[in-house]
Amino acid sequence: MFSTLDLSVIAPSLPFLWTGLQYSLKLTLVAMTGGIILGTFLALCRLSSSRVLAGAATAYVDLMRSIPLVMVILWFFLLIPLMTGNPVGAETSAMLTFTAFEAAYYSEIMRAGIQSVSRGQVAAGDALGLTYRQTMSYIVLPQAFRNMIPVLLTQTIILFQDTSLVYIIGAKDLLKAAEIAGKNYNRPIEMYIFVALCYFVLCISLSLVVKQLQKRVAIVR
Amino acid sequence: MIEMSNVSKHYGQFQVLTDCSTTVSKGEVIVVCGPSGSGKSTLIKCVNGLEPFQSGKITVDGVSVGAPETDLPKLRARVGMVFQNFELFPHMSITENLTIGQIKVLKRSAEEATEIGLKLLDRVGLKAQAGKFPGQLSGGQQQRVAIARALSMNPICMLFDEPTSALDPEMVNEVLDVMVELAHEGMTMMCVTHEMGFARKVADRVIFMDQGRIVEDATKADFFGTPRSERAQQFLSKILSH
Repeated sequence: MFSTLDLSVIAPSLPFLWTGLQYSLKLTLVAMTGGIILGTFLALCRLSSSRVLAGAATAYVDLMRSIPLVMVILWFFLLIPLMTGNPVGAETSAMLTFTAFEAAYYSEIMRAGIQSVSRGQVAAGDALGLTYRQTMSYIVLPQAFRNMIPVLLTQTIILFQDTSLVYIIGAKDLLKAAEIAGKNYNRPIEMYIFVALCYFVLCISLSLVVKQLQKRVAIVR
Repeated sequence: MIEMSNVSKHYGQFQVLTDCSTTVSKGEVIVVCGPSGSGKSTLIKCVNGLEPFQSGKITVDGVSVGAPETDLPKLRARVGMVFQNFELFPHMSITENLTIGQIKVLKRSAEEATEIGLKLLDRVGLKAQAGKFPGQLSGGQQQRVAIARALSMNPICMLFDEPTSALDPEMVNEVLDVMVELAHEGMTMMCVTHEMGFARKVADRVIFMDQGRIVEDATKADFFGTPRSERAQQFLSKILSH
């Protein structure tokens, strides 16, 4: 079977595949940044003493975590135009979806991170006269974030792989680009093998980075 | 300076503090002691509102701690506190630990805060450690930094919650020396500690607690000479016998 592979179609498709990969990376970055910010906010809500805030945040996180991502992608794609009145396009829709969806997962990580900071640290911040917001931003969150960097990045690797799901709404990511290129040259197998390799190399390198970081960021106590 | 009247606190059914009343005047050094679980740490944490209490009243410099309209952060900024486990911020350098409160709460400039912080660091004998991180210091050094951090806020009084209990024995004295010096300078202090040598040296009064009650509130001479309650006598004989 492999003798029939025609790898020569890959080189001319590279520029096109690159535009797909650029979108995949951009989507990953946007969803990671937005997801961590929104997730941290959700985590703070869940840990707050306000029952309303905690309940709302918990409901949101549980909802997102119990629906398959493919369905969320589809629903957002169909719902956003209905709610806003004008279509936003598959690419933007995917960014909003992934930010909203990943926030649920990042919030669980940040919640664990916040809880990993001892209550004594909070008491020390309080005793200095820092307000709740100051104690959180200068004392608790930096430590929580640092403790959780390896887990946050591991989640980001999963996120990067999951971005390939946007091809179902037609957003031109790496996988979609490979599909199009494969159809163009009538060589889908070669293209799919090549993008699989791309995903593999990128994810493996990222997890090596995570391992290195894990050694570096551990706080000396 | 600090006035407590009939302070009671309970966690559900469990009574932690019962009718605690005492007064700490300006410049006084009070040592609070008692068996573990007697509520002494809880009592001292009520003074700056780190622990809420259900009934009674505590005022610090005329400000009611438990009142809903009290700006707790503002009050806490004026009351220094030193913890059993130091609680320096591990992700900040020693200098940053000493300046964060000054900059964020007292709104001092970074230069001014650093200058004050380094002066205090010098005072506790740790000037050379300014650039290090808490994890690089010994327990005794960390606790001295923690005292300097509390002092950087120019507190009107200081609370110590078992400041030497988590230390290796050879480091206890370096911390106590700093505390004795502070006492001699006239700082108002409330110290939960089992260091009876420290109490004998600088305390004006000793408060003995048992099962959430203030059993004895006596001058140093009375407490060590003729403790009235049997419970205090037993306690003293246990910790002074060796």
